[in-house]
Amino acid sequence: MIDAEHISKTFKIARRDAGFGKAVGALFKRDYTYIHALDDVSFSIPDGEIVGYIGPNGAGKSSTIKILCGILVPDSGTCLINGHVPWKERREHVKKIGVVFGQRSQLWWDVPVADSFELLKEIYAVDYAAYKKNMQDLTELLDLGDFLQLPVRSLSLGQRMRCEIAAALLHNPDILFLDEPTIGLDAVSKIAVRSFIKTLNKERHTTVLLTTHDMNDIEALARRIILIGKGHILMDTTFPDFISRADAAFKQNKGCAADRGDDNRLETLTASLYTEFGI
Amino acid sequence: MKYWCFFKIRFTTSLQYRAAALAGIVTQFAWGSLLILLFRAFYESNPAAFPLPFASLTSYIWLQQAFLTLLAPWAYNTEIMDSIQNGTIAYELCRPTDLYTMWFVKNTAERCAKVCLRGLPILIVAGFLPAPYGFSLPSGGINFFLFILSLLLGHMVVVALNMLLFITAFYTTSTQGSRILFNNVAEFLFGGVVPLPFFPPAVLAVLNFLPFSAIQNTPFLLYTGYYPAGSAVKNMCIQIFWIVILITAGHRWLKKSFRKITVMGG
Amino acid sequence: MMQLYLKYAAIILKGRMQDKASFFFGILGQALASLSSFFAVYFIFYRFKTVKGFSFSEVLLCFSLSLISFSFAECFARGFDRFAVFISDGTFDRMLVRPRNTVFQVAASTMEFSRIGRFIEAAIVFIYALSTCGISFSAGRIAALAMMFAGSCALFSGMFVLYAALCFFTLEGLEFINIFTDGAREFGEYPLAVYGKRVLKFCTFVIPYALVQYYPFLYVTGRSSRAWYILLPLAGIVFLLPCYVFWRFGLRHYVSTGS
Repeated sequence: MIDAEHISKTFKIARRDAGFGKAVGALFKRDYTYIHALDDVSFSIPDGEIVGYIGPNGAGKSSTIKILCGILVPDSGTCLINGHVPWKERREHVKKIGVVFGQRSQLWWDVPVADSFELLKEIYAVDYAAYKKNMQDLTELLDLGDFLQLPVRSLSLGQRMRCEIAAALLHNPDILFLDEPTIGLDAVSKIAVRSFIKTLNKERHTTVLLTTHDMNDIEALARRIILIGKGHILMDTTFPDFISRADAAFKQNKGCAADRGDDNRLETLTASLYTEFGI
Repeated sequence: MKYWCFFKIRFTTSLQYRAAALAGIVTQFAWGSLLILLFRAFYESNPAAFPLPFASLTSYIWLQQAFLTLLAPWAYNTEIMDSIQNGTIAYELCRPTDLYTMWFVKNTAERCAKVCLRGLPILIVAGFLPAPYGFSLPSGGINFFLFILSLLLGHMVVVALNMLLFITAFYTTSTQGSRILFNNVAEFLFGGVVPLPFFPPAVLAVLNFLPFSAIQNTPFLLYTGYYPAGSAVKNMCIQIFWIVILITAGHRWLKKSFRKITVMGG
Repeated sequence: MMQLYLKYAAIILKGRMQDKASFFFGILGQALASLSSFFAVYFIFYRFKTVKGFSFSEVLLCFSLSLISFSFAECFARGFDRFAVFISDGTFDRMLVRPRNTVFQVAASTMEFSRIGRFIEAAIVFIYALSTCGISFSAGRIAALAMMFAGSCALFSGMFVLYAALCFFTLEGLEFINIFTDGAREFGEYPLAVYGKRVLKFCTFVIPYALVQYYPFLYVTGRSSRAWYILLPLAGIVFLLPCYVFWRFGLRHYVSTGS
């Protein structure tokens, strides 16, 4: 159970202007900008739900994930995940979550994947029997058998991402945070990842919070969508409702209904919704 | 010209790191001071044991600290080697520029920018220190002019050496080992661990067959007036010799290395 | 905990050995670095013969001890030296998501086996210095040497942790810490008194370098007969405490302000 209430967060960034003159000026005086990453963000996610967390770049998605992981402390607001406050009880909390950052790897680069998994097993203190069973299931479901003994360095992006997801699930977490898991993947890998997450959710009842720009991921997986823009939660609703609202926004914008046959229909609809919200 | 553009961009970017520059100045100033205190203790025990007078040695040390980023063999940005390792170099190869020249210009620009930020303040502050601990003025106008020239030549030698190191990145899967080896060997041979004048004459004679002594030892000794006029020019010719050899070899080797490229991963 | 640390070591070693040439170059490079330091001292003494009353062998003792302690400390604390990279590329965030102590994870993240070259090098010089320095070693003097080693290791490790903790606040302008880490190693090669009174005072009262290196050394070489000097290196171990406290403080600041 994820319970976030009235979370707010502001960052202070030093400004760096371009150009030779400005650079010399910066030697003597510094300007700061304040970024209001999150403003009164609240939502509640029950166990076993798959939620799509969407919004344009810079909307506050990463900040939210960081707070839920416990690696960022909000300026105000409370959060309770399965009875733990993430940033206050870090070690207890992270034992029960798995995180996949699409852009960054958590595996050791030059050694076989299996070795990374072994070390992670030790770090999370997973007992041997549970680990063996888990490995079997994950290897089968994600089709890792062929490259478990290869170093991560030599894997393709699709293979690597499947290993990353397996790595995040080795310790059987209750909650899985996925940050752009299908970015850069080919169509086959994307489908594999999506079906895996669906199966995981069905069989193990894992709660999934999915951040992505690929609306097809959302359509395949999420029954619920939370839309964030400029630090505010703008929509928290079911997927069908999201689509109908987006349809309405599109009609208002363009004066006609969205083309059902358009391949990019979901993207187009989402874009009009963003426009309507002004984000 | 486009290379001037690259130079300007690198230079400006490097200027932005003012806190780093300040920290660098403090560090190097402290380092120079401690070195001078150390040598003072040695000179006290045996004043006549060394060919350079103490005041010349202190100038040498301050010059070394001030021009560290310009001349130190290890003061390069690992960006280029990393780009060879992770494949980003593919972008560079698609540009209509000569790769060797561009790398050379990048290395030069960064080093020059850092020297401007750090070098001058160090010399100015050191100039105010009481003699003989401080930085003394050059021993004659001609020597000063030759010094500036020699400094630039020495800089080109070290950048050319860096180029050779960068090219080795084409041949290894990890650059860490080669970097460590290069950094440590070059540091010692160019006089970074202990100034070259301290080496026994026999060792120095052998060392002078390598390019490392042409990097900082020549210009600094020129500054202190250690070389009589004739040998000053001779030493500078040696610098030019190395520049020509190293750049030609580097340029050729880089061309050959292109054919060996393996870009890894997906 | 130790078992886990060894597993980290195994995986890092395995990774390093993937490129055998690089691995070998690294060890060679580090060994040559130690050799260079040795030659520096040798060349200088070649001309000057003594410094502040200390002979070449005595200085070698000081030199090798400084190098041994530093390489040993570095084996475990190297991760802290690279901490700026961990913060900027998100590796530390990944560590925060793992259910283990952060200090442990940072220490276990980086082990530079090439430093073994330095350590062995320094050990050889140490043995040579011991045999040529002409000091008669009593139990007290041996104890003092051991304490100097332990205290120096602790002090160097503490400085590394301090540097890493500063990275929580800013990534720029931290180069000056170099004076206290690499600088301490370089300048610690000579008995600290050679740098003059002011440096000695600083190293006695501000950062206890003199307490782990100079005063016990006076006892070892017979220049002082104050036996309590043997205990002074404990200051190095005590020094670890404020460093750790500062690390916790920095960590709190980091999770509050974000990266």
